[in-house]
Amino acid sequence: MREVRLMKGNEAIAEAAIRCGVDGYFGYPITPQSEVMETLMDLKPWETTGMEVLQAESEVASINMLYGGAGCGKKVMTSSSSPGISLMQEGLSYLAGAELPCVVVNVVRGGPGLGTIQPSQSDYFQSVRGGGHGDYNTIVLAPSSVQEMSDFVELAFDLAFKYRNPAIILSDGMIGQMMEKVEMKPFKKRWTNEEIEKYCPWATTGKKKDRERNIITSVELDSQVFESFNHKLVAKYRKMEEEEVRFESFQCEDADYIIVAYGSSARICQKSIDILRSKGIKAGLLRPITLFPFPKAELNSIADRVKGMLSVEMSTGQMVEDVRLAVEGKVKVEHFGRVGGMVHSPEEVVEALEQKIIGG
Amino acid sequence: MSIDINEIKKAENLVYKKSSVLTDKVMHYCPGCSHGAVNRIMAEVIEELDLQEETIGVTPVGCSVLLYNYIDIDWQEAAHGRAPALATAIKRLRPDKYVVTYQGDGDLAAIGTAETIHACNRGENIIMIFINNGIYGMTGGQMAPTTLEGMKSSTSPFGRDVARDGNPLNMTQIVASLPGTSYVTRQSVHTAAAARKMKRSLKKAFENQKNNKGTSFIEVVSTCSSGWKMTPAQSNKWMVENMFPSYPLGDLKDE
Ligand SMILES: Cc1ncc(C[n+]2csc(CCOP(=O)(O)OP(=O)(O)O)c2C)c(N)n1
Ligand code: SF4
Repeated sequence: MREVRLMKGNEAIAEAAIRCGVDGYFGYPITPQSEVMETLMDLKPWETTGMEVLQAESEVASINMLYGGAGCGKKVMTSSSSPGISLMQEGLSYLAGAELPCVVVNVVRGGPGLGTIQPSQSDYFQSVRGGGHGDYNTIVLAPSSVQEMSDFVELAFDLAFKYRNPAIILSDGMIGQMMEKVEMKPFKKRWTNEEIEKYCPWATTGKKKDRERNIITSVELDSQVFESFNHKLVAKYRKMEEEEVRFESFQCEDADYIIVAYGSSARICQKSIDILRSKGIKAGLLRPITLFPFPKAELNSIADRVKGMLSVEMSTGQMVEDVRLAVEGKVKVEHFGRVGGMVHSPEEVVEALEQKIIGG
Repeated sequence: MSIDINEIKKAENLVYKKSSVLTDKVMHYCPGCSHGAVNRIMAEVIEELDLQEETIGVTPVGCSVLLYNYIDIDWQEAAHGRAPALATAIKRLRPDKYVVTYQGDGDLAAIGTAETIHACNRGENIIMIFINNGIYGMTGGQMAPTTLEGMKSSTSPFGRDVARDGNPLNMTQIVASLPGTSYVTRQSVHTAAAARKMKRSLKKAFENQKNNKGTSFIEVVSTCSSGWKMTPAQSNKWMVENMFPSYPLGDLKDE
């Protein structure tokens, strides 16, 4: 039987985590995502699925708790918002370097600095360019509904374990706080320790007589060895680019103009497309679902048949650079977006497309 | 009377043997460094308690970062200062395993202060080994939180000036005051007798973990001959004369 519930995006994350068999959540309060841990504490999953929930002393501690748990082959996650995610960057680099799977949810608020608690998409670069030190990438999923907040938790874990790499759910204060209907997934059992030994032979589960000791580490002092390791990581990221690109397109088939937008901005732009179409302007929306890997090939092929593209994001212009790189100069690409916690209206987007692309 | 080499090799004349939990890798520590002795004691204890399959260790960033090369158990290498955070999650998600962290004074008492205090305060059921050599060994002998007043380092070349550099931090005393710790002790490994006592402490800490007693915290007052710019023998003497008065050996807490 379908189980449909009305819930906030942040609550959906918590519910989905329990249902998809997460072993541990470690977090630190910050607006606008505190409901994730509050919901988990309310639901007491340690009494049902056995999931561990711990309020850590900081985001630095949370991300390093993820490292410890992930190193044991456990499904571990944290959630935070922009300033807290900044604190996690060293840890994320270590997780990527040690090839550990984990899920980090960023319910983005406007920055820089303490900034605002209102929604923003200004952490795009930090998410898709690695964020911490060194050559690495994280898988980045961008939900645009509460349903996707729920669905992407499991998807993020699947991808994280498939590639042994951190996965980020890049949401924002709007999706985190708004309430929508969600179709709940059925409960999945957590992996047993025996299953972990089978699926994650690399994990620290206690050295067995029949195997070498497992070492979770990111240090390699021999530069030649470390160069090959870096190449191995890059090969993994290229494979993600070949196999894991996800996007959704609305009315792109006959479009003359394309709006590229993700997350809550894509929701607004869907309305803009309706307005533009009612005015006789053939516009379409391309919504990247994975921000890394980015739908480069799709955008490049769309560029062959359209007159221009507008990247609409709640930032001063970050994803627009990836759109430009993807289309290789074939068409004009401009940026539009409100920032600092302000959210653009569908009409503002229409006006921007008319001025910057159609008239420009 | 001279003893024949074959006589020495006889099983009944064996007085010391390498622990089977120690690997054959040559240790990279400087001569006279305490790290090697503590590593060996860890291996012996794990062997004697038959916990090789049951123990997960966490190494720090510092001279002992590659400790996982020497002791044949599963290991995780933490970011600088974060070993207690890793250990917290490991133990909570694998309560059936024994979890041991190993950290230097820069790692545990400077950059990782918050993780140390909060893990101890929550009473995480883990063992924390704290190598206090009063200096940053790995990075070339800079001042540590535990550097003594007047002690020279590359960032306190005229000696630690308390007015400017602040006071030496007695982390072990702090964690002893926290309700989450059950066993807090200060040991050393500079003599055979001291090493034996250290070994007993570590065994007790494993016993505590088995009995869910919360955090066991073992400081090992240590030498860093390279950082101190002394010979191994001078280092031991200097440690006894200068470190022990500030960091006196013995149990601070045993509940
Ligand atoms: C975030 C970060 N800051 C600084 C360093 C550089 N660093 C490496 S080891 C170390 C201090 C080591 O001293 P200690 O913990 O006392 O261990 P020892 O080497 O003396 O055993 C520092 C500062 C680092 N690796 N990471
Ligand atoms: S630098 Fe000091 S702490 Fe590091 S190995 Fe040498 S003696 Fe030991």
